[in-house]
Amino acid sequence: MGPITLTVVTPLVGALLLALAPRSRDRDVKAVGLVVSLATFASSLWLLASFDRAEPDLQLAESFAWIPSIGSRIAFAVDGVSLVLILLTTLLVPIVLVASWSSVKDRLVGYTAAFLALEAAVIGVFATTDLLLFYVLFEFTLIPMYLIIGIWGGAGRRAAAVKFFLYTLAGGLLMLVGILYLHAQTGTFDYVAIRDAVVSGRLVLTGTQQAWVFAAFLVAFAVKVPLFPVHTWLPDAHTEAPTGGSVFLAGVLLKMGTFGLLRYAMPLLPDATLRYAPWLIGVSVVGVLYGAIVALMQSDVKRLVAYSSVSHMGFVVLGTFALNDVATTAAVVQMVNHGLSTGALFLLIGFLYERRHTRRIADFGGLAKQVPIMAGLWLLVSMSSLALPGLNGFVGEFPILLGTFATNRTAAVLAAFGAVLAALYLLWAYQRIFHGPLETDANRGTTDLTGREIAIMTPLLVLIVGIGLYPGPLFDLVGPSVDRVLAEVAAVAGGVR
Amino acid sequence: MTFAAAAGATPANDLLTVTDGVLGLAWLIPVVPLAGFVLVLVAQRWLAARAAYLGIGAAAVAFVLSVAVAWQVIATPATYLRPLPRWIDVGGLTVGFDLLIDQLTVVMLLVVTGVGLLVHLYSVGYMLGDSRFARFFAYLNLFLTSMLVLVLGSNLLTLFLGWELVGLSSYLLIGFWFEKRAYATAAKKAFITNRIGDVAFMVAMFLAFATLGTLDIVAIVAAAPTLTSGVAFTLVLLLLGGAAAKSAQIPLYVWLPDAMAGPTPVSALIHAATMVTAGVYLTVRLSPVLVASVDAMTIIAWIGAATALLAALIAMRQDDIKKVLAYSTVSQLGYMFIGVGVGAFREGIFHLVTHAFFKGLLFLAAGSVMHALANETDLWRMGGLRKVMPITFATSTVAWLAISGVPPFAGFFSKDQILTEAYLHGYGGVYLVGLLGAVITAFYMTRWYVMVFLGPARHREGIHPHESPSSMTVPLVVLGVLSAIGGLVLNPVHSGPLYRFLAPISGDISGLGYTPVGPLGEAQLIPISIVAVSIGIAIAWLLYARRDLSGGRLVDPVRGPVAELMERRFLVDEVYEAVLVTFGTRVARALTWVDRRIVDGAVMGSGAASMATGRLARRAQTGMVRTYATVMIVAVALLLAAAVALTSDALAGLVR
Repeated sequence: MGPITLTVVTPLVGALLLALAPRSRDRDVKAVGLVVSLATFASSLWLLASFDRAEPDLQLAESFAWIPSIGSRIAFAVDGVSLVLILLTTLLVPIVLVASWSSVKDRLVGYTAAFLALEAAVIGVFATTDLLLFYVLFEFTLIPMYLIIGIWGGAGRRAAAVKFFLYTLAGGLLMLVGILYLHAQTGTFDYVAIRDAVVSGRLVLTGTQQAWVFAAFLVAFAVKVPLFPVHTWLPDAHTEAPTGGSVFLAGVLLKMGTFGLLRYAMPLLPDATLRYAPWLIGVSVVGVLYGAIVALMQSDVKRLVAYSSVSHMGFVVLGTFALNDVATTAAVVQMVNHGLSTGALFLLIGFLYERRHTRRIADFGGLAKQVPIMAGLWLLVSMSSLALPGLNGFVGEFPILLGTFATNRTAAVLAAFGAVLAALYLLWAYQRIFHGPLETDANRGTTDLTGREIAIMTPLLVLIVGIGLYPGPLFDLVGPSVDRVLAEVAAVAGGVR
Repeated sequence: MTFAAAAGATPANDLLTVTDGVLGLAWLIPVVPLAGFVLVLVAQRWLAARAAYLGIGAAAVAFVLSVAVAWQVIATPATYLRPLPRWIDVGGLTVGFDLLIDQLTVVMLLVVTGVGLLVHLYSVGYMLGDSRFARFFAYLNLFLTSMLVLVLGSNLLTLFLGWELVGLSSYLLIGFWFEKRAYATAAKKAFITNRIGDVAFMVAMFLAFATLGTLDIVAIVAAAPTLTSGVAFTLVLLLLGGAAAKSAQIPLYVWLPDAMAGPTPVSALIHAATMVTAGVYLTVRLSPVLVASVDAMTIIAWIGAATALLAALIAMRQDDIKKVLAYSTVSQLGYMFIGVGVGAFREGIFHLVTHAFFKGLLFLAAGSVMHALANETDLWRMGGLRKVMPITFATSTVAWLAISGVPPFAGFFSKDQILTEAYLHGYGGVYLVGLLGAVITAFYMTRWYVMVFLGPARHREGIHPHESPSSMTVPLVVLGVLSAIGGLVLNPVHSGPLYRFLAPISGDISGLGYTPVGPLGEAQLIPISIVAVSIGIAIAWLLYARRDLSGGRLVDPVRGPVAELMERRFLVDEVYEAVLVTFGTRVARALTWVDRRIVDGAVMGSGAASMATGRLARRAQTGMVRTYATVMIVAVALLLAAAVALTSDALAGLVR
């Protein structure tokens, strides 16, 4: 068993173990969850160690028979892009599980099992090279996430969970049609085979064909990102999800959308990619500004961060479709950065919620005096999110804009104003929560972060500062793979910078 | 003595890479205060008041190293490049932390670490007893690091790193007493106003990179002559946008007066002597690019002139000891921009230096006065401090004369050289506005000086003013000496030592075709300035020094609707509030409504889907077990169906 399979199977085994012992004591569940998720993380580090940075294409391939009659296999391989997203996933799961020790009081065993199953599916999504398996896993992630929101969520959890489910399911079904169409044209679900057929010219799809398949993929991925105007499920899902759900949703699940665009939509449909890139750039810019402006008006801090995700993921899609090495590479880096910053922000919101049982910004005020450590970390994470140079958000956002400027000047300039708006809503929230006088008794009694909570935050903070000052290793990891994708698009369609 | 004599021979610097010796260690200059910041922040509880030693120690090390670096550059002038590890390297964008050390860097290093060290010292006395004493020193150290990164960066992006980090430090220090809502709001306003400028700065970098393929300052400066006039014009205006926010110029100056919410040492260091001059530094650093577009430079000159005049007028009627100085800072920065705009780059830097001395001093003196009067800031509640605070009084006298432009104090030389250059370079209007501003400057500073120190005491009862402790008076004396002799020593004549020292970094203006406004030379212009300043001082003296001021602001001799407007800052803040904030809120509110009612609704399928959602949701509410079961069944069925359907060759055949 190679490193990829081990990384997929480890959490799956953990989930099954817990599912078979539904009456386990919470203490044992916590131990199993932590050990399994740390083992998965260790396995992903083995994957990192096995990874050959000089190889831009998919590598470390592993393959097992699955549905032989149609030639679909359980096939895995990673490139730099999938590798960093897998690392982000395996890093976040132990953090999420430990963070949930105090917030999830009910049926911890189910919660932990759902998370481990989710982890396995997401890693599979990033690692598989079989289109059908990709579809199945992409959709399967809905189930545990639906349960996490629907069972352990807030008051309006059921409606939010159903909305989340229907929205993304509908998007996914269209993608299935697209995948079946590609299968009809090529007779295989093997991503590498189809891609190579496209690149070598053995498979030529007409403009209309590409447009339809592109649209099918786009709908699924755009909902997942989520891209304006199909984003409205996200604020509801975030608001009602438990802390761990929000962290994982923002941190990892949204990246399945941007990952899908880069891995599938672009290399398989290069002409459509080129033709529709300006439109997607336009929609992304609207999303950047729209998400930020609507975030300004939110009274619930989780909704505020949810809309900020719409804005920030707009930057990622913008960079992706700018189709140049600077912007597109930075877009992948920004996927990781958004996962770290927004994940950290949702953790802090969760810690605050556990203390005050409210997320209404108006209920807070003056907390910096009472909880200086939480305030300091919140400010640091906010600064990361608003892309202050020296922290991780900037090393993604700036090259995205710089690269986009080469492709589309107007888009880059307009999106740059997202930086002003991000400062507005994040500092507004910070001021309302932490500055001013301590006025209510409830706020006066708030306690500062515990050792466990600081420990949970530490890896994220280290990466926020570390990537901000020394992003080289991350860029080196994803750069060659992104360049390869861009080269493929350029080779087939021509004329890409 | 005119510029023409020196302009002919502009010596170019050699470009040298250094890795050893003092210059090799220059990276410690920002890193030592950074270590101070981290250590104090982490160990603030344990350190308590001892944090001051750490903070001051870090600042002192940075100062000593800066002096050593300066020594080296003065001895062997050149542009030194200290290579350091990479920061960002993606595609064609390669940015390292490399340091750029030349004559301009050295001037900035000495000002930043010198005034910085003095302000650290001063803060020991001023902040004593504050519940967040240790954290204050941590933030001061963070500021030093940021400002030093700004002046040492060899790449626009590392300069921008410092540029943004000084913004963060400024945010933290303006909002240091965040319990007060107004202070927290002032901090936020500063950060956000600067962010608007940052967009311009960022777009400037995009444009520079798209045009020249690099953000390296030396490379950009070298390639500047190749820029087309259109690109150069846009680029310079974008840089101006960034500089105008950081250096509080029209239309982005509104944050600086509010920034006085921060502790007074912060006002002295960040919001007078150093950070706010970053825009001047940026434009002079890129002066070879500026000279590629004389039209853009003219705009800079007029922005500076308008700001100098507007802020001076507002300062005439402010009643807060720090607000007068704040508007004065905006106004003096305007003079520096005039210098940059009319091609007097070195004179602009000269004024930056002397302003750091006398305005740093004025703020520290104001802090000393507030310290003595139980944090009183109302000028009408002062007076009579001449005898009880002799050191503060004496040093303030020097600073007052220096900023007013009385020879031979520092401000006289630097301001006058800017005005002279404006005249000699053909900017008659700018010159006249600047001259008028000089009259008003002399007026409001005299008013300030008289109201604070002279006449009978007007402070509240129960307050017993006293001179400040030596940790506060020593910095006053040092800055007093510098304000007195700084101009005379550095650049008493146009082609003085500082002017010659900075020659290699200054953009070449010989091709801009400047012609003087008229026949006057420096010999005539200097007496004109002296007369103008005398008029300003004399009027203020007559109006304020010989009048009973105990009646409060109602007896202010400057009255009438215009005075009213000045007092209300020409309603600029109100207009911004109405236009930007109110309008912006409306847009945001409207979009939020659209998001809920239209986008969400439309995407859910014009009600049909949402009704289905509603039904499903209602059904889901019938019980947890049923929800669980339903979803699991639906999901598993779905997956099975997919697997089975796909396995069957029938469907596979159908699809084929």
